[in-house]
Amino acid sequence: MKKIINAVADIVPEMVSGLVKSYPQLVEQIPNTQAIGRRDAAFKAGHQVGLVSGGGSGHEPLHLGYVGAGMLSAAIAGQINTSPTPDQIYAAIRYADHGAGVLLIVKNYAGDVMNFAMAQELAEYDDIQVKAITVDDDVAFDATDTQGRRGVAGTILVEKICGAAAEAGATLDELAALGQAVIDHTKTIGIALTAATVPGVDHPGFELQADEMEYGVGIHNERGYATEKMAPSATIAAHLVDKILGNFDLQATDEFAVVVNGLGATPLMEQYVFANDVLADLAKRDIKVTFTKVGNLVTAIDMHGVSLTLCQLQDNWHTLLNAPAATIAW
Amino acid sequence: MLDEALLFKWMAAFDHQIQTDKAYLSGLDAEIGDGDHGDNMARGMSAVMHTFKTPDQSVAEQLKAIAFALISKVGGAAGPLYGSAFLRMSKAATDTQQLDQLIQIGADAIADRGGANFGDKTMLDVWAYVPAMLEHHTLSSAGLAQLAANTKPMQAKKGRASYLGERSVGHLDPGAVSSQELFQALLLAQADLKTSPNPAMKNGTDL
Repeated sequence: MKKIINAVADIVPEMVSGLVKSYPQLVEQIPNTQAIGRRDAAFKAGHQVGLVSGGGSGHEPLHLGYVGAGMLSAAIAGQINTSPTPDQIYAAIRYADHGAGVLLIVKNYAGDVMNFAMAQELAEYDDIQVKAITVDDDVAFDATDTQGRRGVAGTILVEKICGAAAEAGATLDELAALGQAVIDHTKTIGIALTAATVPGVDHPGFELQADEMEYGVGIHNERGYATEKMAPSATIAAHLVDKILGNFDLQATDEFAVVVNGLGATPLMEQYVFANDVLADLAKRDIKVTFTKVGNLVTAIDMHGVSLTLCQLQDNWHTLLNAPAATIAW
Repeated sequence: MLDEALLFKWMAAFDHQIQTDKAYLSGLDAEIGDGDHGDNMARGMSAVMHTFKTPDQSVAEQLKAIAFALISKVGGAAGPLYGSAFLRMSKAATDTQQLDQLIQIGADAIADRGGANFGDKTMLDVWAYVPAMLEHHTLSSAGLAQLAANTKPMQAKKGRASYLGERSVGHLDPGAVSSQELFQALLLAQADLKTSPNPAMKNGTDL
């Protein structure tokens, strides 16, 4: 499998270096780490609650691309599909803390949850106030008998809404409660036509025939709940909307945010065709959509596929989603 | 008794086994996880062996250095799990150097950190049974192999393999296998010390 790299072991440090050198006006590298932080003067001088996220690499622009004014204060890049280590997370917490505490936004995977928990313990020894919320928006599977639901593309809505609220002066407790509420109202399912090829492995993570697709995939090449014959975009959209809406307690006054997310090797052309079908399907069901975002937002290396996220908007979330953000990728 | 000599020989034997089986462990992980357990453990054990270059460390200090090497170099879930075990053993080592008690403390740390129960197809399915085997002098290579083999028919309830549901049945848990190798290394180190006690250690045979 061809990749534009030098050596597999150098991918993450070279990616972080390239990203920081490309956007020096927005972010800087935290010394001796694969973590970056926002470097705008307002953040450096301010006292807002810090927001820190991170995870295994391969999901770019998550999380590094969402560091900046109005979103994350710092983010850590782990090895590919591998959680960053507590020492690195701890460095990012220290960077992000300006006295008002730090909120950790963690995707629900065993490694991430444990490494962030250890970093939280280290920071608490230093009397830094830390709270953590765990994103588990993937409703492809039930939470029973597993690690629990996975954190996937809905993570960016948590980061954006909490980021805007932090910028507006919300406290750590308020942000933790807000973030948890966003998680509770955000649901995602992904599908793939082709699995990702992890660098250093010369074949896709799982095999699909030329006429097959997989429903319910994760962002680390986890297989889903069903392998089906390839279907038109409108059929896929209807299935996903149906299954995701089944996880909400729907109200007549509902307003939704929609995120159509490319998983890495999906042309934007296909993503907009799919978004068109999703929005038409929701309109047919009289579901009001007031915010839409389409693009390669939370990827799975070079997986060909999409995920659909619906967020049942509450309170002032719509305003927070539309608040300005100066990041590489929002 | 876990003394400095045994700890060094134990980690050296484990490092050797992990470097030898790196591809095997990653292969096991590829079946039900993300395929990097061997590589991650190999990176971590290289860092662990580096910690022995600091002279005159007590068992507690050495265990702590091992814990931090594992925590900062292994990553994923295995790093914090192994790291938590050695960190808590380090804290306890100032009070007790009895191996069965220390391993029990390590097993408790793994259970606390990962939240797994017995039979969830994790490394705990090896760690949980080792303290009693040590206490009753029944720890054996065959017994350890059996503990790891016991994870094969289990359905994973924790970690990335849990999303496979029934499809995780029929595969060995990679963390259980690396844990099997950890305690096999302990057996090797104990035997090695009996036949060739470290001349620098006055009580090298008091195992």
